[in-house]
Amino acid sequence: MNQFAISAANLVKEFKVNKHVVTAVNGLSLQVAPGETFGLIGPDGAGKTTTTRVILGLLSRTSGESSVLGFDSMNDMYQIRERVGYIAQQFSLPPNLTVMENMLFFAGVHSVDAEEQKKRIPELLAFAGLSEFSNRLAGKLSGGMKKKLALACSLIHEPQVVMLDEPTLGVDPVSRREFWNLLGNLRAEKGLTIFICTPYMDEAERCTRVGLIYEGKLIVDDSPANIKRVIPGHLLEFTPSDFSSALKLCNEMNGVLEVQTYGEKLHVFVDDVLKCKTQIEDALASQGIAYDHLREIEVRMEEAFISLIRRQKESVEQNEMIGEVR
Amino acid sequence: MQLNFQRLAALIRKESIQILRDRRFILLFLGLTIVQLFVYSYSASRSVYHMPMAVVDQSRDATSAAFVQALVNSQYFDVTMYLDDESQAKDAIDKGEVKAALIIPPHFAAEVDQRSANFLMLLDGSDQFAVRSGYSAVGLVAQNFGLQMSAENLALSGAVSSTNHTLPINTFAQVLYNPDMNDKWFVIPGIIGMILQTLAVEQAAIFLVRDREWGTMEQILATPVRQLELILSKLIPLSVLCLLTLGMSVALGIYWFGVPFRGNLFLYFWLALLFLASCLGLGLVISTRVATQFEAEASAMIFMLFGLLLTGLFYPRTGMPLVPQLIGDIAPLTYFLRISRGIYMKGVGLSFVWSDALILVLYTLIVVFISSKRFKMRLD
Repeated sequence: MNQFAISAANLVKEFKVNKHVVTAVNGLSLQVAPGETFGLIGPDGAGKTTTTRVILGLLSRTSGESSVLGFDSMNDMYQIRERVGYIAQQFSLPPNLTVMENMLFFAGVHSVDAEEQKKRIPELLAFAGLSEFSNRLAGKLSGGMKKKLALACSLIHEPQVVMLDEPTLGVDPVSRREFWNLLGNLRAEKGLTIFICTPYMDEAERCTRVGLIYEGKLIVDDSPANIKRVIPGHLLEFTPSDFSSALKLCNEMNGVLEVQTYGEKLHVFVDDVLKCKTQIEDALASQGIAYDHLREIEVRMEEAFISLIRRQKESVEQNEMIGEVR
Repeated sequence: MQLNFQRLAALIRKESIQILRDRRFILLFLGLTIVQLFVYSYSASRSVYHMPMAVVDQSRDATSAAFVQALVNSQYFDVTMYLDDESQAKDAIDKGEVKAALIIPPHFAAEVDQRSANFLMLLDGSDQFAVRSGYSAVGLVAQNFGLQMSAENLALSGAVSSTNHTLPINTFAQVLYNPDMNDKWFVIPGIIGMILQTLAVEQAAIFLVRDREWGTMEQILATPVRQLELILSKLIPLSVLCLLTLGMSVALGIYWFGVPFRGNLFLYFWLALLFLASCLGLGLVISTRVATQFEAEASAMIFMLFGLLLTGLFYPRTGMPLVPQLIGDIAPLTYFLRISRGIYMKGVGLSFVWSDALILVLYTLIVVFISSKRFKMRLD
């Protein structure tokens, strides 16, 4: 037994695709303490879903260690399944059962006794805002309601840990906010440990700790505040009239660490705000490029994420180049 | 292997609701059964009666006319045209105007009297059933006609009375179980087995694949459900549905097609349940090997073909080369066919069909074992 709710050490998962071996998870290690909300973030195809499935014992692991609540993912998979709530990435509740029938089904397979069912099902339906829809077929619910139903079903057996794989994918912003409020209540009231995969950076900010996964490895594992602090320099934002010229100008400038594009805005990381701000203003003026709102802004998870991924890519490429030279 | 009845009940409830909610599936299930039963039993008539026949009568005497009449009386042939010679007759068969042509040479009556008469019967060899029926019918009719003639001749010559003539051997062939040789009686007990095999194999194969295609398998696997519970929850509702289909088919067989059920209905249903278990198990093995519902259906169709061709349903297994026989052994219908015909038509008891029943027990154990080995409680 260990004190972690979820842990993985040097976790490796390989798939055979047409006789080629694809490594989806490549020596990943992480620990989630009880009561934490851990966000696994990363670009598409980084290995978020595979990691979640292996930890839960839904996929076999190639090597390494993984456990939930001290139970080994492979050997004690039923103990894990009794204590964990899970929402798969795609909607995967039986679509031709009603909301109520789905709740009863999951209560049944989790051996929740009849007395408890009578108490918990109305509670959970009210909590998820689905009380009026209990006779609607699950397949006919809106995207947001489907996710809330999946959450309600995954909580029916009062799990100690929930693992949610991109639970707000394809859900409108209002429903996303509602979903996160539900998670917040659960964390506050029941001390639930939440493991969540998400591609949304605003959701990552709501986690107590974030792991950034890239090509099957965790490259950063820290609180959102610390991750943002790790990014060197300060961030300037402005909207130029001639986007490509301004981008080129900034990229070549001394004291500029990194340039990111953000819609029609440019995000420029600089070492010294005062020095670079004047420098940029002068350069833009000399080129006759109009601009507005040149100001320093706070680094958000979004910028930190892009910067971290970019640096990881560059260091991998460098290593490959060194390898080729040798 | 743990079996928790609350979990099993929840799973069976889910499957049953899903089956009952799918009206089209139920209509298709029962509708297809009825359609197959009707199509197979009405089309499976294998004796050909009232074959159109051309007559080339070059003799044109009382005896030749009597012989033609004897053929018509047999019900196998209808005279539809009179032609002049053999080449015209062949032409008529070529064109498909007739299935048979009778050519009676000149002086037929005289030759019959001299006991050396010949005639030629041309049969359409492109139609195997017409050939078989026509071939045996014409032989029988000619033989009887000849006997009758010689008896009449003997009577006329005053040697013996026509009612008192005897041949050294008398044939008393008695067809047991189906005295009128009604084709439907042969076909119905077998067809019921074939319909059940097709439905059970196909549906069991589709059932697990469908959950995988819908993605529901992932969510179910994330619960403490055990393998045995999951498999049973698929098999039990399907077995009930198949047994209902069986009951409906047997009732139709008895009351609509008039095929009497001679054996013990209770024993029949028990052995049918065993047969269903083997078919459903076979379907599960298929479902562990295929990725899509389409693949599952296509694989199940292969077993339907085996059922039609290699199990002895329409073509006797005794005449088959070894390899087709062995392939036929893979289909559970091969064994149930003997059970079904035995109990249904002959009215025999378990002591006559126990060996096939035993094979089905072994068969079921093997397929359930293979599918449980192959079916993993994981996604990969």
